Amino acid sequence: MIAISFDGVVKRFPGAARNAVDRVSLEIEEGELITVLGASGSGKTTLLKMVNRLFEPNEGTICLFGENIMDKDPVKLRRGIGYVIQQIGLFPHMTVRENIATIPRILKWDRARIGVRVDELLSLVNLDPDEFRERYPAQLSGGQQQRVGLARALAADPAVMLMDEPFGAIDAINRSNLQDELLAIHGKHKRTYLFVTHDVAEAFKLGNRVLVMDGGRVKQFDTPQRIVDDPADDFVRELLASSGGRHGQSARVGN
Amino acid sequence: MWAYFEKYHYKLTEALSEHLAIVGLTLVISVALASALTLAIMRSPGLSAIVIRLFGSIYAIPSLALFAILIPFTGIGMKTAVLVLVLYNQFLLIRNFIAGLDSVDPQIVEAAAGMGMPPLRILFRIKLPLAFPVILAGIHLAVISTIGIATIAAAIGAGGIGTILFDGMRTRNPVKLVWGTILAGGLAIIANLALIGIEKLAARRFHYDGNAPGKP
Ligand SMILES: Nc1ncnc2c1ncn2[C@@H]1O[C@H](COP(=O)(O)OP(=O)(O)OP(=O)(O)O)[C@@H](O)[C@H]1O
Ligand SMILES: [Mg+2]
Repeated sequence: MIAISFDGVVKRFPGAARNAVDRVSLEIEEGELITVLGASGSGKTTLLKMVNRLFEPNEGTICLFGENIMDKDPVKLRRGIGYVIQQIGLFPHMTVRENIATIPRILKWDRARIGVRVDELLSLVNLDPDEFRERYPAQLSGGQQQRVGLARALAADPAVMLMDEPFGAIDAINRSNLQDELLAIHGKHKRTYLFVTHDVAEAFKLGNRVLVMDGGRVKQFDTPQRIVDDPADDFVRELLASSGGRHGQSARVGN
Repeated sequence: MWAYFEKYHYKLTEALSEHLAIVGLTLVISVALASALTLAIMRSPGLSAIVIRLFGSIYAIPSLALFAILIPFTGIGMKTAVLVLVLYNQFLLIRNFIAGLDSVDPQIVEAAAGMGMPPLRILFRIKLPLAFPVILAGIHLAVISTIGIATIAAAIGAGGIGTILFDGMRTRNPVKLVWGTILAGGLAIIANLALIGIEKLAARRFHYDGNAPGKP
């Protein structure tokens, strides 16, 4: 089943000289973990935000599981899509538990079910529920905050997860742990993930396919192995060279 | 001093209760009106700036002049006084309400919208609680300003502590002046202390700094 499809998608911001996202067409299978790789300003965030309609395309269509997202109510659409950003965006006046329970509460789950779910999610992201449940975001380290952000996005078990440089501000060791945890979580539930990064090694470690973007366009969209073996053009070749070959060791080969 | 109090305490309590009525009524109407106006204009920064500037110019008119301008339309008495005080407060309140909402981190609002929170819930569960300290600071200013300006309202027959002060000045009676000052000043100081207390409580309830204890 095709989980996400872009067909001739163009996004142009008012007054901008060029398209932020330029005629993107691609299909993502259910259960894939796609990493979106590109330099700053290449349109990664714009592409992602069109999926949950924080931005709307000027041209083209985006479908989730065969349904045009423009036919759905944006608020309802977003409840089926997890969203994690680098700045995390935890609600500072709510505890970890209240943050994670946000969507389950809106969906009117009963208290007991929410309590069980919060603890389950905290364990999933390697935080001890008893220790962290009642803390406020300011009482957590950056890495712990991002784990809570991830747990909050996973709360209602969305079919699609959008992640915009979620580990961008986290130190190398924590980052590597979080990457492993994310792979484990993805492996367990086989939801469809779209993960933006500008770190080549991260993109190649996490993605079963990597979407390389430049200037709003897709340069190459393939498995890490095939991108390494056969870079589409000089841009991709230089991108690989710039990472000093680190992608080679960590690349997930094939699917 | 005490002789006056013993003889005329009913006058003092009457003035005080009139004053409290003017202040209370003014604040209820002011906050309701400012909230409604803020909801109407908050989506447009341009419109917000215009409305705040408009009430800013009204705020700049000296109160005695504004009372005088309105007498032909609304007559003398409490109604005109409350109207003027409400107009003044709109500047203090709307300016702080808008500033408070603007101070909320847009990334937090985007995270809320992105996860599928409906707009009204974002307003009430996210934006208002996070803007609350600034909103409260606006209400604080409005309370203190209303208590002060309301004394001048006695000049147009609205009653209140101002009547004692104006009487004292007219009859050159220092005892009256002292009692009027004690009442007006005391009320402002008590209100100020109470509001500081509320602000501290609110800061503890909505602490974002991680220093306060785990659960409020
Ligand atoms: N809200 C906006 N209004 C106007 N232009 C925007 C807006 N958001 C992004 N752009 C422009 O669109 C282009 C793509 O931006 P985008 O944020 O998608 O890049 P990115 O690949 O996510 O970059 P980064 O790695 O720095 O996050 C840039 O030229 C940017 O200036
Ligand atoms: Mg970005």
